[in-house]
This record gives sequence, C-alpha cells and structure tokens, in this order.
Amino acid sequence: MRVMSENPDYTSTQTTEPRMLSGADMLVEVLRKEQVEVVFGYPGGAVLPLYDALYECGIRHVLARHEQGAIHAAEGYARVTGKPGVVIATSGPGATNLVTGLADAMLDSLPIVAITGQVAKSVIGSDAFQETSIIGISTPITKHNYQIQHASELPGVFKEAFHIANTGRKGPVLVDIPKDVAGEVAPFVYNAPPQLPGYQPTVIPHVMQIKKVLQHIELSHRPVILAGAGVLHAGASRELRLFAERFGIPVVHTLLGLGGFPADHPLFLGMGGMHGSAAANTALYETDLLLNFGARFDDRLTGNLADFAPTATVVHVDIDPAEIGKNVPTDIPVVGDAREAISLLLATEAKSPEISGWREKLLDIKAHTPFWYVQEGNVIKPQRLIEQIAQHTNGEAIVVTDVGQHQMWAAQFYPFVHANRWVTSGGLGTMGFGLPAAIGAQIAEPNRQVVAVVGDAGFQMTLEELAVVAELELPVKIVIVNNGALGMVRQWQELFYEERYSSSLMKWQPDYLKLAEAYGIPSLQIRDDGALPECLSAFLAAPGPGLLECLVAPMENVYPMIAPGHGLHQMVGVKP
Amino acid sequence: MNRVISVSVNNKAGVLNRITALFMRKGFNIQNLTVGVTETPGLSRITIVMNETDDAALEQVIKQLYKQIDVLKVTDLTQQPMVARELALIQVNSPVAQRSVITTIIEPFRASVIDVGRDTITVEATGKAEKIDALIALLRPYGIKELARTGLTALARDVAMVTEARRVSEGNVISI
Repeated sequence: MRVMSENPDYTSTQTTEPRMLSGADMLVEVLRKEQVEVVFGYPGGAVLPLYDALYECGIRHVLARHEQGAIHAAEGYARVTGKPGVVIATSGPGATNLVTGLADAMLDSLPIVAITGQVAKSVIGSDAFQETSIIGISTPITKHNYQIQHASELPGVFKEAFHIANTGRKGPVLVDIPKDVAGEVAPFVYNAPPQLPGYQPTVIPHVMQIKKVLQHIELSHRPVILAGAGVLHAGASRELRLFAERFGIPVVHTLLGLGGFPADHPLFLGMGGMHGSAAANTALYETDLLLNFGARFDDRLTGNLADFAPTATVVHVDIDPAEIGKNVPTDIPVVGDAREAISLLLATEAKSPEISGWREKLLDIKAHTPFWYVQEGNVIKPQRLIEQIAQHTNGEAIVVTDVGQHQMWAAQFYPFVHANRWVTSGGLGTMGFGLPAAIGAQIAEPNRQVVAVVGDAGFQMTLEELAVVAELELPVKIVIVNNGALGMVRQWQELFYEERYSSSLMKWQPDYLKLAEAYGIPSLQIRDDGALPECLSAFLAAPGPGLLECLVAPMENVYPMIAPGHGLHQMVGVKP
Repeated sequence: MNRVISVSVNNKAGVLNRITALFMRKGFNIQNLTVGVTETPGLSRITIVMNETDDAALEQVIKQLYKQIDVLKVTDLTQQPMVARELALIQVNSPVAQRSVITTIIEPFRASVIDVGRDTITVEATGKAEKIDALIALLRPYGIKELARTGLTALARDVAMVTEARRVSEGNVISI
C-alpha cells in the first residue's frame, strides 16, 4: 500500500534509480532539502571539495574571518530564527576554532549543525597535516557527533543531525567529513525519517502530572512562574502570557528567558538571580509553589541552593529529563515541551488561587526597588546608555551582547517585550560572542534593527568580524561600552579581592575609531552624558553599519548583587 | 557500595568512549567495565561496576547515559536479583612436585587448568568476584606469575520480573 504524506520528503516512492552524487554534491542537496538559507564558514584544504560544490549552488555562504566568528554568527542566527544555524570549518585548526562556539551552543541549547572537514580516511590517525580528532574533542560539548566513513552514509547522517539538533532539548551536532568521502560517488536517497530508537524525546507531558500541578496551583498562596529559555525554544510565549493572566501568577525570567514574557506586563517581576531584581528574588525566595517552565536552575540564578525557594513545592517542566532534579529537588516533575505543558495546563478546569495579597506585595517591591544608578556630573553611566538605546529603538531592537557588566546592564535596563530579540551567551559566558552573534542575527532579520552592545574587552576578542559587517554592509550598530577594563572581573576584584586589580585593567587600547575607519565603518566616540540622546538618535538612524564608542564611568558596578555562596534573600545594593 | 549498571548501546565506533567520558565528567571512578555483544545484532551490553553511594548522583549518571543517542536502555542491577560472573586467568608457579596440591586447591572452586608449562600452570576460574578473590588468596603463596581478570558481567534474573530504569514512568520522569 502506498502511504501518502504531506511532507514532500517522504512521499516519493522511488520509482527511478536514485541519483548518483558525490559526497560534496550530496551536502548541497542536504542543505537544500533542509531549507538552509545561509551557511557560515571558512574554507581550507580538507573542505575544498565541499566549497567547490557550494560555489554557485545558490545557498548563501557568509565568510567569517575566524571560525569562532562563524559559529557565533550561526548561534545568533539560530537564536533569532529558531532554525538550525549551519557552520562549515576545515579540519584541524578550523575544527578546533569551533570548540568555544560548540560549548556555548551546548550550554544554551541552540540548534547548530557544524560541518568539519577531515583529512582523507587513508591518513586519519597518522598526525597528517591539519588533522585533529574533532570527534574526540567535541564529544563532551555536542549533543551528538558523527564521522562519515562513506558517501552513502552522508544523507542518513545529515537527516539525523538536523533532526537531533532541532528537536527535544536543542543543541549542536557535528558532522566530520573526510576529504575523500566528499569525492566518493553514491546513490542519494533523502526520504527516510531517521530511525533513532535511542532518541525519543518526550514532547507531550504526562496528564496526571499536569493535574497535580493544577491541584497545587489551586491551593497555593505564594505561587511564582520561573520562565527560562525553554519557553522561547518551544515558542510558548503566547501560552505563557495566557497562563500567567489566567491564574494571576507573577512571572520571573532567567537571563536567557528574557522576552518570553513581555517586560511591560503588570505581572512581570524582572530577571531573577545574581543580578536580578529584588521583586524577582523575593518571589523566588518566599514562594510556596515554584512553577519552572524551561529553566535549568543554573547556579547564577539560584545562588546558594540551600536558600533557594526553601519553602516551595517545586514544579519543573523540562524537555530534558536529566535537568529535573539535577540541581534543585523537584516535587512534581513534568517532562515535555513547554508549549505542550502550558497548553495542557490552560485546557483543564482549575480555580485561580486567591493570591492578591502576595501579588500586591511583589508588585509593591517592584515599584519601590527598580534597577537604579546615580547620575554623576556629565559622565555617561552605562545603565543610562542602555536606557537611552531602549528609548531610541522603542524597545523593538534585537539586542545582542557580549559577556560582562554591559551584558547585565542590558538585561536589567532594556525592556524586552518580544520573544527572540535577546541574544546573549548565558551558560558559557563567552567573551567575544557579541559581534559575530550580531552578524548572524542581522542576517536572519535583515530589516530589523540589531544593536550589538559589547564591552571593550570582549570586543577585542572577535573584532576581526568587523570585516563581515563592512563587506555585507550589515546595518549592525555596535556600541562599545568602554570602561577600560574587564569590568566584571574588576568588580569582583574590588569586592572580593581587596581591590587588587590583577590583569583586569586595559592599560592600552586601540583607537576604536581608526579601527572602524580601517574597516570602512562609520564611527564616533562619545563621553559626555549631555550629548548622549542626540548622538544615539543620529547613530541609530543612520543607514548601514556603525560603531559608537562610549567612554563610560570606569568604576561603575552592577547592582543589585548576590555574592557567591549567598542566598536570594541576601541581595546587596538593592537601593542606592 | 558497589553499583552494577547495565547499559544497552549501539555497537558503533566511539560509543564506549562517550559512555566512559560521562563518568569522567561526573568524577566517578569505574571499578570495572565489560563490553560484549548481545542477542540483538548491532547492540552491545556494557556492564559497569562503580563505587557510588549517593542516590542522586547515580540518578544523574543514569539520566545522562540516557541522553546519549546511542544508549537504548540503562538498568541499575544493584537492587535487583541478578546473576553476575567474572572470569580470571591465573598463571601460578607450579613445579611438578606441587602440581597435585594446586589441583586439589582449585577443585572446590570448579576452576580448571587450561595450560601447563614447565614451571607453571594456568588456571581458569569463573564466578562471583568474592570467589575469585578467595581462589587468588589461596594460590598466592605458591607464587602468582601473572593474573588477568575480566571484571564483572551481569544480567538481571528472569527478565520479565525486572523493573528497569525507563524513559517514561508513571511519574513522567526517569526513575531508577
């Protein structure tokens, strides 16, 4: 019997002989079948056959200036579109330059398909030119990886790779292709769904668990929703808002979850954790029912585990069962997709809890302890810089950051009202992430304003990617928050190492304006607060790329803060 | 306490490395590990003995094992009726005059002599680890020249009775 399916991939009953293709041509066909629009990469000896096949194939290739830039760009693309980012690197140094990005994508659950070249099969293991065991190197930092032994395996492997990267808990998958495999000719068959008995993610949660959750909601007095990036990966923003409104439960976001729930919503308490809001952390500390949707209880969120939600019944919804109970003991585990779980919660009859007192208390804290800074003279406060960026972009921009103080200020002071417009490196905290990720985000959303907020230190790690911005005339607006230091390192040294600023101050810096000029990117520098609004307005409105160097107050610290080893109730610097 | 974990995996290059890398990452020492094919073509069984008393840590190991694409089933045999065996080959000094003494020693262990040299014999013993320990202790005074132990391999008794760690249990989460 012929089975008809709507998916064109599976319909073709093979009446004619399958086409014979080389491994390299198969790769192009695979990218077409997976509807890959853009590939980020850098060529080299072992991938020359692949690059030859890519030449004039119609799939866009973005030439990064370093493989790390290529994979961070793919991450930015994946974060904004929700589709897998594809990156190609050559063997040896090309492959090892992907390592940081693979680890970053692994910790932040971003779907990435990384394709690496490998030396020919006949010399694998002989320490051949540009050979490394990238399979061995990448095993702990990928969701899965493959080395193809024969071109006939290639279609099946890629079918699995895209499937694994983009389902369940998303993550990076690496496919290593020996150079001679790219030249081998084999039949190309790309219509079988992957057979992976060892990989069957649970998407639909268990209905009994959902009922238990609802029972606890009805009886709760101090419930709070903790929403993580799982909400964004599942596309569950709408469901989350409906759920919070239906039961009147306040919402706390993790760093990576920002934008999943609108920041201007009356039930939003802000970001929780080390540099989170007082309202959010009070809610997490005092709650009696913690509803975790797609957050993994990272230690930057929980603080000291002994003091995390000490009196709460913990509900943990996660598509990855290994996250449940890993850090925080869970009372009601719900394995499944956040959207499916919240939809089921919404579909069932349940009374809203009577929690107006709790809600009012938290909203009162929110109203009385907003994130703060003290304006001093005419110096630019980085917090005000972020506020001004938010104002001049109407809160509509895609904000990409690097890692450090500016990242925390962006999270605190930019109101994210839409999903998938916040691109940052959360789990790995990768300095150098910002600029290349912004490139990927801008390529994904050519018509949306992309602002890359970077620190002077992180920017210097991947600034070679300015060439990509210039070459493609990407209208990325790069804002360097220059405090002349590795700001967060300096802050910790100030607070915990008796102000011994060991190697954290940038005693020498390049002339960023000349650097921008060298890359053909318009630039300006600003140091006076008074000129900030006008300057930002013109900078953001100008067409094409731009670089703005802001010389900000160098000793400014990120507050509030929970010192390492302390609990969520032990915040310091809540008020000026 | 020694835990015995049985892991069904795809018989593919690199899979054993993925499994042991997980233990390395979590900082658990593997006491011993055996691998061999199973009744199903393409599947291998890895039997891992580890010394770990923390239930939460063990649960995490099992869940992480399940996250591996090449892992099909993980069973914690520790709390279950199981049959567990180990093979040892013991080459022991054995001048002709002493040979009959040694044969008498190994007989109650149902061990057998599988090689005879001029000055040594090689004994093969199969059984529980404690039995092999006991045999080795008895043979040691005669001078053990070389010793090889395979480590434990195990199966649950009466497969139908086994409650194995499952992907989805009633509680919608992996239980062990």
